[in-house]
Amino acid sequence: MKEEVRLMKGNEAIAHAAIRYGCDGYFGYPITPQSEVLETLEEEMPWETTGMVVLQAESEVAAINMVYGGAASGKAVMTSSSSPGVSLKQEGISYIAAAELPALIVNVSRGGPGLGTIQPSQADYFQSCKGGGHGDYHMIVLAPSTVQEMVDFVTLGFDLAFKYTNPAMILADGVVGQMMEKVVLPEQRPRRTEEEIRKQCPWATNGRKDLRKRNVVTSLELESAKMEVINERLQARYREIEKNETRWEEIDVEGADYLIVAFGSVARICTKAKELAAEKGIKVGILRPITLWPFPTAAIEKAAQGKKGVLCVELNAGQMIEDVRLAVHDALPVEHFGRLGGIIPSPDEVLVALQEKLIK
Amino acid sequence: MEINDIIRPENKVYSKPQLLDEVHMHYCPGCSHGVIHKLVAEVVDEMGLAEKTIGVSPVGCAVFAYNYIDVDWVEAAHGRAPAVATALNRLYPDKAVFTYQGDGDMSAIGTAETIHAANRGENIVMIFVNNAIYGMTGGQMAPTTLLGQKTATSPYGRRVDLNGHPLEITNLLKELDGTCYVTRQSVHTPAAVRKTKAALKKAFENALAKKGTSVVEVVSTCNSGWKLSPEKANEWMVENMFPKYPLGDLKNL
Repeated sequence: MKEEVRLMKGNEAIAHAAIRYGCDGYFGYPITPQSEVLETLEEEMPWETTGMVVLQAESEVAAINMVYGGAASGKAVMTSSSSPGVSLKQEGISYIAAAELPALIVNVSRGGPGLGTIQPSQADYFQSCKGGGHGDYHMIVLAPSTVQEMVDFVTLGFDLAFKYTNPAMILADGVVGQMMEKVVLPEQRPRRTEEEIRKQCPWATNGRKDLRKRNVVTSLELESAKMEVINERLQARYREIEKNETRWEEIDVEGADYLIVAFGSVARICTKAKELAAEKGIKVGILRPITLWPFPTAAIEKAAQGKKGVLCVELNAGQMIEDVRLAVHDALPVEHFGRLGGIIPSPDEVLVALQEKLIK
Repeated sequence: MEINDIIRPENKVYSKPQLLDEVHMHYCPGCSHGVIHKLVAEVVDEMGLAEKTIGVSPVGCAVFAYNYIDVDWVEAAHGRAPAVATALNRLYPDKAVFTYQGDGDMSAIGTAETIHAANRGENIVMIFVNNAIYGMTGGQMAPTTLLGQKTATSPYGRRVDLNGHPLEITNLLKELDGTCYVTRQSVHTPAAVRKTKAALKKAFENALAKKGTSVVEVVSTCNSGWKLSPEKANEWMVENMFPKYPLGDLKNL
């Protein structure tokens, strides 16, 4: 398949991007608002073309453990779900991180807590960026704001996951999952052969070919002194990822009086709010974190310098704002504006919030 | 006659399987796991599958199986071995994939994964060590604990009104269209050991022939958990476990 321009939903884009990346296996379970990922894959039947395995598991728990097994064997494997389902996956994600395995997890998040709502939300920021499962670990968390980024981040997510042998997550919200946009789908990449996998992943549990030394993938170590060494290795890797892979986008930050920090679909609403503000003579710049972990702390600290205030706009009750406050060290007012439970604010609401909370 | 006159290749009647590592096992003396491990190593060895076998170890006493049998291993979360094995089997259809699970792993926390992997007919071998107790955590009640059996969490004996009935998961698995071979064996006598080995061999043959899921339950002892000597544990198993979990093939297609 050549590069192709198509109109499609964000969820469909994830499926097409996975096939074209040369993904080896997808294991999922239906949940709104992301079921189109599995539906599209079943419709496309990639097992007939690229040989990709697609399996509807009996639960999100089974699906993430299939991902764990597949990742252990060096294959490029993924799952997708939405908030309540991703909660169920946390144990498996912790194991994948602890066993230092590459995998891609997509969360097209919806409003919580509990069964919540099927409407969009960003209330899984804490869960995605601060652990979620047990133990000290991090996923690389990518936050797409366009359907094109849904495509691009499948490639980026897998590439980073394999580069650092660490799970990566695409934390999308229901807006990006459900909306249709024009996308450029990349050219089909061939799936790696078993020989290529053995070369790239000498640790993979894919059988002791030529009676090589056995490979064991485990997250267990009962000796505390050894477990501490494993933890230190993980932490060193996280520092490396922070150094190399922090990504963000800035829009008219220089010369602005106010800074809005927002990610995902909300950043686009804020871009419109910025235009409305300009009509009233209020100069607003936007900083959009693309990696939520590692968080663009230094970039936000720098962008906030000389500003009169920072507004964090999120589809939650105030989660990312904690990281923004840590970044700017109380040097200036940092306020939060959020809508909860699946409500999406209009650009007007954002502008009003900016005026009321920071300009007064 | 000197000892070295006797130790000659032509006099050899038995040897340790190549794939069984020369390390101390953490299992209690008298535990069935050691014999079952040996049989797995022997079967994989004799079938020439050392290069293409992937084991999935559970949470429970056999969590460290990967330290003893010289094949590739993935250590699964508690109960999730059949899901892990499903992915390995689907992604590497030419490999021999097996899970090695205890009663807690297979028939409590992992019941859903067990039943669905078997129902899909994944071409895997499930080895189910049923000793009616949670050994690793110190002898708590398992789904397969017998009525009246005393454990750390049923100190006065398992009661139906409090704890429900023992779960015969192998009987359930037999009913599923995805399973091709479901058998219940033991390793308490030389004859039983030989039968278990034959069952394991058949199960691996089925997996390679893509006939579906094979389940080999091994009714086992946990003399530490049962607080009996190894010998008494075997007797207790014959008297109490076998009536509830009778040996033999439940399904053989």
